[in-house]
Formats: sequence, C-alpha cells, structure tokens
Amino acid sequence: MIRPYFSSAWAVAWRYLHNLYTKPAVFIPSLLFPLFFLAAFAGGLSVVGKAPGFGYYDFTAFQFCFVLIQASTLAGVFAGFSIAADFEQGMGRRMMLATIHRSSIVVGFAIGAASRLLLTWVVVTGVALLGGMSVAGSGINLAGMFSLALLGNIAALLFSAGIALRFRSLQAGPLMQMPVFIILFLAPVYVPQNLLTGWIEPAASVNPVTALLNAARSLMAGEPTGLLAAYGVAAGMILVMAVWAIKGLRSAETAG
Amino acid sequence: MSTAVATAGTAGGSILSVQVAAMAARSVVRLLRQPAAIIPSVIFPLFLLGVNVGGLNSATQIPGFPTDSYITFALGFTFIQAAIFSTMNAGQGLAQDIENGFFSRLLLTPMRPTALMAGQLAGLVLLGQFQALLYLAVGLAAGADFAAGVGGYFVLAALVSIISVGFGGIGLIMAIRTGSGEAVQGMFPLMFVLLFFSSMAMPRDLIEQDWYRTIATINPISYLIEAIRSLMITGWDPEALALGFGIAIVLAIASISLAAASLKGRMLK
Repeated sequence: MIRPYFSSAWAVAWRYLHNLYTKPAVFIPSLLFPLFFLAAFAGGLSVVGKAPGFGYYDFTAFQFCFVLIQASTLAGVFAGFSIAADFEQGMGRRMMLATIHRSSIVVGFAIGAASRLLLTWVVVTGVALLGGMSVAGSGINLAGMFSLALLGNIAALLFSAGIALRFRSLQAGPLMQMPVFIILFLAPVYVPQNLLTGWIEPAASVNPVTALLNAARSLMAGEPTGLLAAYGVAAGMILVMAVWAIKGLRSAETAG
Repeated sequence: MSTAVATAGTAGGSILSVQVAAMAARSVVRLLRQPAAIIPSVIFPLFLLGVNVGGLNSATQIPGFPTDSYITFALGFTFIQAAIFSTMNAGQGLAQDIENGFFSRLLLTPMRPTALMAGQLAGLVLLGQFQALLYLAVGLAAGADFAAGVGGYFVLAALVSIISVGFGGIGLIMAIRTGSGEAVQGMFPLMFVLLFFSSMAMPRDLIEQDWYRTIATINPISYLIEAIRSLMITGWDPEALALGFGIAIVLAIASISLAAASLKGRMLK
C-alpha cells in the first residue's frame, strides 16, 4: 500500500522537477529572485547594521536568513503554480485518474518543491559567502536553520496547493503569492524585532514567520533561542495547511 | 467613442483634440471600471511604505541621515513605485486592445496615432494625480514633513505627471511591439530591480557598498526619487529638482517617441 503511494508521489515529483529544469524561463527567475533581494538588502542597507541597538554580528548574515526563508517559502508557492497549471491544462485530472491515493499528488509536488530547494540553497549560500557573509553557527546550528526553511517551504506549498486545487487555474496565482509575500514582509525583515516601530511591531509579534526568522537568525549566530516556539509554529502551520490542501483536493475531486 | 470620432471627422480643425478627448475618456472610464487593476497599484506602494517605515525607522539615528523621520524620507519612493505600476496599466490596456482586435478596428477609422497614445496615457496621468494626493495625505497624516509647502504640491503633481507619461510610454512600447499582456507583465520584475537598486531606502552617501552606490548613482530612478524627496525634506533644492525634471522629461520624450515609431511600424503591418 505504501509502495504504490510513494511510487505515484515520486513520479509526480520527478515530472515536476523535469518540467522545471527543462524550462529555464520558469526556473531561472525563481533562482534570481532571492539573489536580487540578497543583493538589494545586504548591499544597500548594510549601514543599518550600525543603528543603535541592532546588535547582530553580521548584517549580510542577518539578511541571508530572511532571504533563505523567503526563497524557501516562495519555492513552495511556485510549486503551487505548477499544480494550478497542470489542472488548467487537464493534466491534473489525468493524474487523479492514475493514482490510487490522490493525496500522493500533493505529496509528490511537496517532494519536488523540497528537492528544488537544494540548488536554490547552494546558489544563495554560495553568493552570500562570496559576498563576505560570516557564519558564526556550528554545523548543527546551520542544519537547524535549513530545517526551519524546509518547514516554511512545506507550509507554503500546502497553502498554495489548497488554492490551486480549489481554483484549478493559473489566474489564482496572485492569491497564492500575495498573502505569502505580505506575511514575509510583516516579519522583522530589515532590523531585529526589538527595533521595529509603529503598526508593524504588533503585526510582527503575532506573525508566525517572525518565530521562524528569529530562530533561524539565532542559529546562524550560534546562539540558538526560541527554537521550541519556531518548530511548534512550523508544525502548526503545516498541520493547518495540510487540512487546507486536503480539502482543496476534495474540491478538485468534486469538480471532476 | 465612435460618435465622437465621426463628429471629429466633420469638425475640421479640431479633429486631433476631439480624437484625444474621445480616447482619453475611454481610457479613464476603462480604468475606473477595473478596480482590480487600480487597487493593487494604489495599495501595494502604501503597504511597502508601511513596512519600510516600521522596519527602517531606526536608520534615522545613523549619523548623516538627512531627517529624523523615516516616513518623510521614504514617501518619495512611494510615488515612483506607483508610477512603475502605471507602466503595467498602460501597457496592459493597449495589449488588451491588440489582443481582442479593438486596435485593428481603430486602424480602420481616421484615428491618428498621436491621439491613440495620448488617450491611453490620459487615464494614467489621472491615476497618478489621485495617487499623489492620496500618498501625500497618508504621509502627512502619518507624520511626514512636506518642507516645500503648498507650492511644492503643484511641483510634485507636475513631476508625477511627467513620470507617469514616461513610464506609461515604456508600457506602450512593450504592448505595441509584443501585442501581449503577458509580455508587458513580464517586464515588472525588471522595473522592480531598477527600483530597488536605487537610493530608495538609503541616501546614496550612506550606502556602504561601493558597487551598490555606483549602480544607484547611474540609475536614473535615484534622481527621480531624490527630486520628490527634496520637496519633503529640504523644500526647494534646485539641483535635485532640475535633475529630477530633466530625467523625467527625457524619459517621457524618449519613451513616447519610441512608442510612436513602434506604432507606425505596427500600423504598416
């Protein structure tokens, strides 16, 4: 039972990755996007690291953590686009007919989205290191940081899959992208949380991405804090979004 | 609109102005009927302004920062961001006309290319003015300074209009050359890159990275932002305003000329 399930999931993942890497027009922008943000933030705002009370050891590393979380979650969203495109073109219906357990389609896209992260992580980390980023955390700390990014990726993929399976059209793209983009920017992007002012301060304090970002930055600095909260929030988001995606799958099944 | 064009055909000397008015009215009505196209271009710059102000307010404590209010500093960027959105709106409108065949039908009428383009841009100028007023009102309500006073508002409105025409012209070029709304939308990331690699978030003299400062210095967007910013922070800065207006006028002339040349080419096909 498990074997056919994962066989379907692997097939979906392989097809997704094959389509992705054979279409540079789709893949390259998604790789350049995080690099652009890394360059714009770490390059243009590095003086912000000297603001009183900033207190983080390296501004490029500080921005790298945000870009890592951002790139990982957006990779999940881009996989959602692929689900929508497949259903728009009729491929989604054929996949539903061909699988025993249809949730393996979503699992397959999740495996694909997580796999594409590897290259994104290598490129973004490589560019950041070449740009002079210093790493204070140990290997275990860094593994923890990347695992948080992976959990963000899974949550974003499940959210986007829920939208894609309900609308089954690429026109729902903004509905997948905008909420994720907004929630990312409502976290402490430029400065630590204690330096935020105005309306964004309470918004960031209730934003689940803040917990992920703060924990990732603490791991990068080699002084882990808030890990329990971060993993708890990530697990909660994945659970809620899994229910959302499964209900989306039921909606797609009902629509035929 | 067809009535207006027909009337224009019998009106003699004022044909062009009637045609422009007819196309402008269509452009404005179409814009007003598409809140889904307008709302993001109005709301998104305000959202980014809120995020930047909340996140970067502490930057005002950096020695050499030109003001103690980050919203005063950041407000100028909002106008330019909105103008960049207008690139997409103008291009999208014309591309839609090309895709659905309306443009081909227009070519069968005595409509002049100048009237077609001026009409397309009229809606953008109107939207630009609305945005200028809204952003200034929101900025002032949130505590921003406007050192140039009431007179400065008219200078701001004039600059925003020219910038809207300039960026709108770029959208028209894309639409005419590709005839595809998707291609026009594909330009957005490029425009966004231009925006981010400017002095939008920091004064150029405070940018530490040499490569970034060099890009921001050769990026014309920096001077457009700095012209508007000067009205907020210093009041009347002739150098900043001359650079801003100069670049905006060159951009408008270049983009409209290129759009006109592209339009002639398309009409010949």
